[in-house]
Parts: sequence; structure tokens; C-alpha cells
Amino acid sequence: MEFLLSIIESVTMFLLVDLSPYLKVFLITNFLMVMVMVLTLLERRISAWIQDRHGPNRVGPGGILQPIADGIKHFIKEDIIPGHVDRFLYILAPMVAMIPALVTFAVIPFGDQMTIPIYDELVTFKFQIADLNVGILYIVGVASLGVYGLIVGGFASNNKYSMLGGLRSSAQMISYELPMGLAIVAVVLLAGSLRLNDIVVDQSSFLHWNVFRQPLGFILFVVAVFAETNRLPFDLPEAEQELVGGYHTEYSSMKFSAFMIAEYTHMITAAALISTLYLGGWQVPGLASLGLPIVAEQLLQILAFAAKTGFFLLVFIWVRWTLPRFRYDQLMNIGWRKMLPLGLLNIIVTAAFVAFV
Amino acid sequence: MAQEAAYSLKTDRTILNFGPQHPATHGTLRLVLELDGEVVVKAEPHIGYLHSGFEKLGEHKSYNQWVTLSDRMNYLSPLCNNIGFAQAVEKLLEMEIPERAKYIRTILAEMSRIADHMVWLGTHALDIGAFTAFLYAFQARENLYIIFEHTTGARLTTSYTRVGGVFRDVPHDFKEMTNNFLNYYPGVLKEVHNLLTRNRIWVDRTRGIGHISREDAIELGVTGPMLRGSGVPFDVRKDHPYLVYDRLDFDVPVCDDGDVYARYLVRMEEVEQSLSIIRQCIDDLPDGPVSYFDKKYSLPEKEGVYDTIEGLIHHFKNIMPGHGFDVPVADIYDSTESPNGELGFYIVGDGTHKAYRLRVRAPSFINFSSFQDISKGASVSDVVAILGSMNIIAGELDR
Repeated sequence: MEFLLSIIESVTMFLLVDLSPYLKVFLITNFLMVMVMVLTLLERRISAWIQDRHGPNRVGPGGILQPIADGIKHFIKEDIIPGHVDRFLYILAPMVAMIPALVTFAVIPFGDQMTIPIYDELVTFKFQIADLNVGILYIVGVASLGVYGLIVGGFASNNKYSMLGGLRSSAQMISYELPMGLAIVAVVLLAGSLRLNDIVVDQSSFLHWNVFRQPLGFILFVVAVFAETNRLPFDLPEAEQELVGGYHTEYSSMKFSAFMIAEYTHMITAAALISTLYLGGWQVPGLASLGLPIVAEQLLQILAFAAKTGFFLLVFIWVRWTLPRFRYDQLMNIGWRKMLPLGLLNIIVTAAFVAFV
Repeated sequence: MAQEAAYSLKTDRTILNFGPQHPATHGTLRLVLELDGEVVVKAEPHIGYLHSGFEKLGEHKSYNQWVTLSDRMNYLSPLCNNIGFAQAVEKLLEMEIPERAKYIRTILAEMSRIADHMVWLGTHALDIGAFTAFLYAFQARENLYIIFEHTTGARLTTSYTRVGGVFRDVPHDFKEMTNNFLNYYPGVLKEVHNLLTRNRIWVDRTRGIGHISREDAIELGVTGPMLRGSGVPFDVRKDHPYLVYDRLDFDVPVCDDGDVYARYLVRMEEVEQSLSIIRQCIDDLPDGPVSYFDKKYSLPEKEGVYDTIEGLIHHFKNIMPGHGFDVPVADIYDSTESPNGELGFYIVGDGTHKAYRLRVRAPSFINFSSFQDISKGASVSDVVAILGSMNIIAGELDR
């Protein structure tokens, strides 16, 4: 009996401690995929609601199985590779688009560190796949890799519309990474750390949320993130009415789906980033004073993070179905002439504040 | 140095085949764009993908038969075509149609104008990326189509007019439906105004784009909202009144800017004016017949057909293939203000029941002739916006 219990104990410890990074990777990746599915349905239902339509309501109760039907459809559709494309790059592009979108999420903390005793041992759980001390740099670096998927896809398709879409996306992403980076710099100045968890901890009370300390930076960041995720009003790379489908005109079945998954994953990551950097991440103001058990507290924090992220996802959807699209040169104007100087100004003011106050 | 480097770089222009199947060409319209980067150097429209030979068919069909073909010309406002054509033939016959028919025609023409402008608004907004305005507009149009279906029996292929009037009276609840629609519409317009009119992105995308000057517009023969958007207050309804327009109180909206935004404003204001026209007409809709008294020209009542030999003869003379009323040997041109501009019919009558030559002055065709000039130097996105603002209907373009 003793022996059996010790085996159970060591297996539990093995699962919780040694295997936990892998478990987290597995869970989060799958969670993201499921969220993408939910998000596609949400987008369609909310757009329908905005536009006085019904939206998908046939598959399953109230249409909630629609994403699964879509998935099956994409899987069993013929996977066409047109004759005029560059085969290698054509197949590579959806992967290049999707992988950075997924791995960006690795450094985002969705809960506080939690230390609880299990079998006389204190085990620390980190609700984050990788607690990098340069987490922000990782995000900025990896997220910008996603653009290669679009460029390569546009180029490999050997189609003028796709090419234009790819070109637009590259220019757009590079231009909007700058204001995004500048907005992040100001946040980093305040927190004094590149570690995302430190940035969250820095926003300990409600009024310390960066959205109140960095209102300008917040706006810049949100706008830049819209551009980074290729959502309306910045969806020029796809611009259905101009470029037919932009970079994914020539893609079908699961390859097309991969681009869509990449876009929605980008959205989730972006929303999570906004809440991490500006809305206190997993922080719930005044939670500590309640004196709840640590596990309950932890759960509430995770839920708070999910709620903040979900709110921004709704904003993404809401904006998409309200605004028209920018023109290419207007987009560049806003990025370089307005947002970049404003971002610099924001840094200067923040730096002065940090240095002298 | 930098300049030399720029010159030594080999750059080439791209030929982009825009259409005939393209989400922004709404129908089968083809443009061959020569692009320098994304800037249009030359835009060459290729028309004829929807050529159906309507004009030629006019030489083989009797006048009342051709009314059904006029539906298919501008398929966004078939009633305006019906009315324009019937009116031209009536002018050829020097026929005065009953008052009630005039009022019904006026109301339906204005309703079609609104329906057409709603489709224009929706697709134009869609082209610029505002998907929601598109659905609002289409839902609003649906209201009108229900009225059309109820009145004419068809949503699109209305074929409502006959030479001498309309083919049947409006349904008994027409007034009520119209009033409901009149109450409902201002709300829709307000929603669209809220979404677009002062939206910074919308204004930026449309202002200064596709500019056509007053002089150019006149020289090219551009008509309709495009002409009025360039500051020329020309409207056939006002300048050469037909039907009952001379008795109605309405304004001709004009905007001096001549760009896409000006056309947007003009069209939106036109919808308001049309609503006011319908409101005035529906109030004094007179009673009486809806068709010309002479049964040689218009279908007799069914009772007469069953009971009298004259009625039967008139019926068959009107209906049988190869028959129909004869028109005098003369040629006339008559035009109406269709939603896109002056829709004119030139008919050469040769004394038989068919036209010797039927020529349509299609506003889309003539408005489109300005496209090559105004799209020069625009970007691909602007081309889409300009096309949207012109509201080119391929069926009317190619006839």
C-alpha cells in the first residue's frame, strides 16, 4: 500500500512538475485553436447582429457547431495547387503565417505565479508557457515573422492581386511595428522590465493600469495592433473589393483555413497583449483584500484575464463591421506622419516622468 | 546620386486585368489597368460582356413587347426604364395618358430611384469596405421590392407600363404600404448618415477622388447625379418636366466639388427629395382609369373581351404576335430622368407595329465615357471607389 501511494505521488509530481511545460504547451495550443473556432462563430453571429441578419444558426443548437462544419468542409475540400505557382513556397506560406501566430502566445502570462504545497513539497505553478526575461522582445520579434507568411503567400501565388496584397501587407506591418514598438517602450520604461509578468505586477492597483498612465500609448498600441492583425479598417492586404482576396486569392481548403486561423490567432494574441500591457493582465483590483483561498484567487485572475481579452476581441469584431477601409497612402500617412511622432512624444514624456518625478 | 540610382533601377508597369469577374465590378465589366506600383497610369474599359442586343430586338418586337426587355436594361430600377420607354412611344403617338396613370408612374419612378440609390449606396459602401451600410441599404431596398412585387407582380422584371398607361391599377392597400414605407425610410437614411457621412475614413477615401470638372462633365454629356455632383443643376424632371413633375415641389440637389463624395451627397439628398415627391403624390392620387381610353392601343377590360366582338378584336390585335398598334412614320427622342441620369429613347417609326430603329441613350454608357480620364493617377483602391460612385450598370452599358 505504501508502495502504491508512493508511486501515485511520484507520478503526480512528475505530471505536475516535470511534464507541466509540455502540458501547458499542449493545452494552450489547443485552447487557442478552439478559441479560433469560437471566434469565427462569434464574428459571424455578432456581425449578423450588427447588420440585422440571423447569421449561421443551422448547425447544432443555435448554430454553435458551425465552426466544426466549416472545419470539416475545409478538410474535405479539394486541395488545389494551381499550376502557375511556386510549389514549395506556396505550401510553405500558410505554415509560416500560422506558426508565429501560435508561438507568440507562449510568453503571455494568464495568471499569477502560484505556490501550493503538494505532498510536503512546495510546487510553483507559472501560468505562462515560458517566463522569458525578454518576453516583450520575443513578442515583437516573433509577431513580425508572421508577415513573411503573407509576403511568401502573395509571391508564390504568382498572381497580380496576390502580389499586391503581399506587398501591401509587408509595407503595412513594417510601418505599424514602429508605433507599436514605441508604445511598448513607454510601458517598459514604467515597469522597468521586459518581463511580461513584471509589467503586469507593476499595474497592481486599478489606477496603476497602464491604460490610465499611458492613454496615448494605449491608443497608439491598439491602432497599431489593428494594423498588425490585418483587420478592418486596415485589412488592405486582403481588401476583397480591390484585390479579390489579396494574398490568399489562390489558396483553397485547409491552406486557406490556415491563413484564417493565423489571422484569428493573431487577434487573440493581440487582445491578450493589450490586456496584459494596458489593463493589468490578470490583476483583479482589490482581490487580495478579500482573503480568498489561493486557488480561488488564481481562478478569478485567470477569468479576469480571459474577460479582458474577450472584451478586446469583441472590440475587434465591432470595429470591423462598422468602419470602411483606408487607402494605402492614407495608411502610410497615419503610420509614419502621425503615429510615429506621437509615439516618440509619448516616450519622451514618459521618460521625463520616470526620471524626474 | 540617389536620383541616378532611381533611374538605373529597372521598373516596369503592370497590366492588371480588373474584371470581368471581380468583386467590385458588380456585373460583367472589364477594365484593363496599367499600373505603376499601385497608381493607375491608364485605364481601359472593355465593355460588351453583357451585350444582349436590346436595341436590335426593338426592331423585331412590337412596342408593348419591348417593355419587358426594358426591365433588363437597368436592372436596379426597371420601372424607370418601363416608364421612359412607354413615355417615348406615347410621345410618338401623341397620346395623353390618364391622370391616375401619371401619378402612379411618378410614384413608382421615384420608388425605383430610391431602390436604385440604395443598391448604389450599398455597393459603393461595400467597395470602400463598409459592409454594414451595405446590408442596411439592401434591407431598406427589400421594403420597396415588396411594394413592387405587390403592385406589378414581380420584383425585378416588373414590366409594369404599357403604352397608354400602366397594365393594371395599384393594389387596394398601395397607399397604406407606401405610407408605411415613407415613415420607415428616414430612419434608414439617418443610420447610413451616422455610419458614413461624417466618418473620417469615408470622407478621406471619397473626397478629392475621381474629380470631374463642370466643363468636362458638360462636354462629355455626363448626366444625373454625376453631373449634379459637378455643380450643374440639370435634371430632366425640372428642366423638361414630364408626368406630373411640374406640379410637384422638389429641389435638385447640387454639389460643386465634382468628386466621389459630392456624388455621394447628391445621391443621398436625392433620396430625401424622392421621398418628398412620393409623399406629395400619394396624397393627391386621383381616381380614374389607368390606361388610355382608345382600346386600339391598350388592352380592353376582360368583360368587353368576353361579351363583344370589338373587345375580342381589340384584345387579339393587341396580343397576337405580328400584330399590335401601328405608329406614324416619324422619329422622336424623349427622355426621362433615370436614377443614373438622362435615359433617352430615340424611336424611328415606319408606320408598322415595330420600330424601324430603337436607340437608347443609356446614362451609364455615357457617364462611363468619363472613366478613362478621371481614373488616371488614382490608385487601385480609388478605381474601386470611382466605379462605385458612378454606379455603372452593365446591362444598361451594353444594351
